[in-house]
Amino acid sequence: MSLLNRSKAPKLAEQNAGRKLFGSRGATITVWIIAVLWTIPTLGLFSTSFRPKADISANGWWNLITHPHLTLGNYSAIFSTSTVSGIPNGILPYVINSFVITIPAVIFPITIATMAAYCLAWVKFRGSDAVFYGIFAMQIVPIQLALVPLLNLFTTGVHLGHYTLVPGLHIAGKFLGIWVPHTMFALPLAIYLLHNFISALPRDLMEAANVDGASHFVVFRRIVLPLAIPAIAAFTIFQFMWVWNDLLVALTFTGGTEGIDPLNNKLAGLAGTWGSHWELLTSSTFVTILVPLIVFFSLQRYFVRGLLAGSVK
Amino acid sequence: MSTFWSDNLPKLGQMVAAIAIFLAVLAVIFFLAGRANGKKQRPIAIIIFLGPALVLLLFGLLGPAIRTLILSFKGSASHSWVGFANYHWLFTDESERIVLRNTFFWILFTPIVTTGLGLLLAVLLDRMRRESVAKSLIFMPMAISLVGASITWSFVYKYANSNQPQVGLMSSLAKHLGFEPTNWLLTQPLNTFLLMVIFVWSQTGFAMVILSAAIKNVPTDVVEASALDGATGWRLFRGITFPMVRSTFIVVLATMVVTSLKLFDIVRASTGGNFGTSVLANEMYSETFIRYDAGRGAAMAIVLFILVIPVLIYNITNLRRERAIS
Repeated sequence: MSLLNRSKAPKLAEQNAGRKLFGSRGATITVWIIAVLWTIPTLGLFSTSFRPKADISANGWWNLITHPHLTLGNYSAIFSTSTVSGIPNGILPYVINSFVITIPAVIFPITIATMAAYCLAWVKFRGSDAVFYGIFAMQIVPIQLALVPLLNLFTTGVHLGHYTLVPGLHIAGKFLGIWVPHTMFALPLAIYLLHNFISALPRDLMEAANVDGASHFVVFRRIVLPLAIPAIAAFTIFQFMWVWNDLLVALTFTGGTEGIDPLNNKLAGLAGTWGSHWELLTSSTFVTILVPLIVFFSLQRYFVRGLLAGSVK
Repeated sequence: MSTFWSDNLPKLGQMVAAIAIFLAVLAVIFFLAGRANGKKQRPIAIIIFLGPALVLLLFGLLGPAIRTLILSFKGSASHSWVGFANYHWLFTDESERIVLRNTFFWILFTPIVTTGLGLLLAVLLDRMRRESVAKSLIFMPMAISLVGASITWSFVYKYANSNQPQVGLMSSLAKHLGFEPTNWLLTQPLNTFLLMVIFVWSQTGFAMVILSAAIKNVPTDVVEASALDGATGWRLFRGITFPMVRSTFIVVLATMVVTSLKLFDIVRASTGGNFGTSVLANEMYSETFIRYDAGRGAAMAIVLFILVIPVLIYNITNLRRERAIS
């Protein structure tokens, strides 16, 4: 955390030193040119979503500057509960599905990972370092490796010859069947990030609590959890964006079950069937973009701190 | 309206109930385990804190990874052993060669461009006074799903027949500059590079934010001392700034290699992997869930894993060194 407080000081020194290559003004102009370039595609999507259908195919979205003609009709069409958009009840059910999938898929792994991280950092046992490296290594395993066997586990269980080791769980196509894989896949990164943060907590604090006779459970609840809030918030951003924006896990584990498809999943399908309905596609896309943006900007101040607790040294 | 709520209220109820049950179970376990005392307390704490994570990782990642390895040596329906036939097919089949070539392009170009651009921006941001708005704008695409990004970029790459108005930005620009616009996403191998642009657009902000934090972490006195010695601009960057952030740079680069290797969404949503744009991760999905050849799909997943092993080894060595210092 002290890293951030120091951030202002080196800036002035480097500003003087670096002026030869990049003058302060030159740097500002270059960054702003890139920032504007980076915003143009999103701006195009945003402005198209407010244009009438006829205009969208008649000319490019930039014509909005000279001929401002805006409508909220596209948004009322996609949220209409009659079948204006061609899908019953509009996109609202899919927005709800996205929230129902994402919120538990953020809470479950963070809780389990914080517990594991505390254990690996402060309740050391023989082999705990090996366990930590093992978990760290799993960050890199492509989830593609796990999809099919996990789906089999959910539908038929695990068998060794004629013996059933684990019975079929029958949770594929249910919300539980998406929460569980998301929780599993999130754990390696979550444990790693939280471990870095929690292991850096002051040793005196932990020892004082132990002297007072507090059990590990009390220490965890009263000391570790409140102090780990910045790291937990940073990981919340990661995990929320990852689950909300995920396509692969949702495609695999919803198995196209209509009632539980998240919006992103639906959108990928609609990109084909709504091929000519750009007014619906753009407004729906903007809805999916908006939610993670709100989450990101509201928790932004924790983001860098959480990252610094992670890979940046 | 009423059917809408009778359809959707139960889902929200399910969510609230799941969270409540999860937290309630934890509370009960904590309460019961907290009453244990003496010698038993430590082992019980280890089991309760670490157990759930280990069980989930065993069933979610380790077990499935081993099973995928076994499946990759079996046939399409996993009944018979086929040896290395799936791997042989992957490396000799004509259409798979394009997939491997594209995957190679992706891991060759995108990490370097993304991380390099991120570093440039981080250095420039350090020389700026009010950086937060520009920084947020460049970071923003990171929050957009890659499906959303592909749809967003279709307004750049869109093409209409020459007798119709061009509503895609790139086609329109080409036309104004006097070129004949074509159907960009169908033109090989240009289309693969156009999809890479979407990736760079989406991930540069991430590289920038981390590298920017690392640059600000370079101690003031070091920079000042070398500035007094007359180091400026490029020499300061090469001699001081870059060496101090090199490890972060490599971590970001490695993350980008893994991300681009696992890349699936952009290809899936933009072209569906057609027109010679498919990559290993996308082909693996098609092989398994569309053509129902579990063996070939598994072999692709294993190749993906083998490709990330160098990154894995590097990261672990790095981590061990860091932990040894601290």
